[in-house]
Amino acid sequence: MSNTPANLKYTKSHEWVESLGDGTLRVGITDHAQDLLGDMVYVEVPEIGRQVKSGEECAVVESVKAASDVYSPVAGEIVEVNGSLNDSPDTMNKDPYGQGWIFRMKPSNADEWKNLLDAEAYMGVTAEEH
Amino acid sequence: MPFSPHTDNEIRFMLDTIGVDSIGQLFDEVPAALQITDLEGVPDALNEMQVTRLMSDRAGINKQPLCFIGAGAYEHHIPAAVWEITTRGEFYSAYTPYQAEASQGTLQLLYEYQTMMAKLMAMDVSNASLYDGASGLAEAVLMAVRANRGSKSKRVLIPRTVHPHYRKVVQAIVRNQGIVVEELGYEITTGHIHPESLSDNPGDVAALIIPQPNFFGVLEDGDVLTDWAHDNDMLVIAVVNPTATALLKPPGQWGKEGADIVCGEGQPLGIPLASGGPYFGLMCCKKSLVRQMPGRSIGRTVDLDGKTGFSLTLQAREQHIRRSKATSNICTNQGLMVTAATIYMALLGGEGLKRVAAVSHANTVKLMKKLDAIEGITQAFDRPYFHEGVIKLEHHSAYEVLSRLSENNILGGYDIKDDYPELGEAILVCATETKTDDDLYSYIDQLRQIIV
Repeated sequence: MSNTPANLKYTKSHEWVESLGDGTLRVGITDHAQDLLGDMVYVEVPEIGRQVKSGEECAVVESVKAASDVYSPVAGEIVEVNGSLNDSPDTMNKDPYGQGWIFRMKPSNADEWKNLLDAEAYMGVTAEEH
Repeated sequence: MPFSPHTDNEIRFMLDTIGVDSIGQLFDEVPAALQITDLEGVPDALNEMQVTRLMSDRAGINKQPLCFIGAGAYEHHIPAAVWEITTRGEFYSAYTPYQAEASQGTLQLLYEYQTMMAKLMAMDVSNASLYDGASGLAEAVLMAVRANRGSKSKRVLIPRTVHPHYRKVVQAIVRNQGIVVEELGYEITTGHIHPESLSDNPGDVAALIIPQPNFFGVLEDGDVLTDWAHDNDMLVIAVVNPTATALLKPPGQWGKEGADIVCGEGQPLGIPLASGGPYFGLMCCKKSLVRQMPGRSIGRTVDLDGKTGFSLTLQAREQHIRRSKATSNICTNQGLMVTAATIYMALLGGEGLKRVAAVSHANTVKLMKKLDAIEGITQAFDRPYFHEGVIKLEHHSAYEVLSRLSENNILGGYDIKDDYPELGEAILVCATETKTDDDLYSYIDQLRQIIV
């Protein structure tokens, strides 16, 4: 049974989103996703300054058995990436919602993130997958 | 696993089990109009005796001419042990190594090949090979465009001194992916890319391709070209001859930072000419680019008991897993050719490979000097070359000269007029370590009689 913190928002493509209160959003992949993917070996992070649309592929996480796209949850600009994942990609497995964050972005529309799935709705999505 | 045919009884039993009357019935779905009942235009079958006779007659037309053609495929001596071992059943019929526990022999050999190739090229990693040199270069171009994240242009520079076939193959493979391949002109008196011809402001370019030696056999200025490319934020793709690399500075040591990607044709390493194939493509790269490298990679690891073992690795980027976003549509390698090449390299060692290169070079220099001394023939380029050189014919057509030589069982070289019309009547000539002094004299004698 995967961990799905109630204070975060989620996407159908298994990203979690945290509103940081300074107008930016932090994004990573969920516990459910890291569990399915297996041991992470690499992450290709987006370029800082890149403009992304909602749902656009912007990162790739690579495990021993698959390389999977990470989609931007909303439209905006990438402002920071998690450099520590270079040396320790397994942080995405061990601490997916904390130190395993992948990128931080400034959304074009300040409220778009509120339309994303809440924890319960996301758990519904993952339940359907089984 | 031995072949086991089906008897009529077994076939009957299987059909009865699935409730079908005849094998023909299993193809009922195919519309009648698409079913072939006879093979029009295909002659009747011959029996074994007739086929043997037919093939012997044809084989009798084959000759063993004295071959002075290089142009991308080279006749080198292949020690008998190479194919004696390569054709052993364990290597010859080994299956693709997706099941590591059943493929340790193949995987260990491929790992040793990768190690030898990386060392020869002075690069961090090698893959387990691609199809051939030309498609390997196309893959290198695709890889460089993917990997050079600072470049947005998808422009790649390719010297005209790169093999004409390689340039055509690259265009064919990359053009529909929006990659623009721009040709760089060469200096006509020297046959190389003159560093002074390089622009100070080339703009946004993803990669520069540097051949070494180039198609003319001439040595490019690898260090200067590499530094120029890196100074202008381009990746460097080296296209090399592995025999030559035993003697020349390896691409990993070019310029201040070394080439980023290395590719080339592996045929010179123990693979026979065999009418053009199969050959294999080599590919190496810097460690930072390894996740963008296409083809198979074999890694060394330990099993549950801590014993050393080998396995395919970095597979997540391959086509059968990543599909349309894979590094390439290719997820295979030339296992058998690489086996031969690895045994060849192991038998010769670094010293042996250097000697093959040195003797090939020496023989070509001897031949070129003698050719240049003939009235009506001049050496085209005033610059060091490896084991090939271009001669220009002042009063004769290359086609006619080569035809007359061929009648005397000598393949005098490769006619490059169509690919480089600016050189006029010109022939690319190659002499490897297989040529004796008598062979060179034969060539010169015959040529004198034709040119006179």
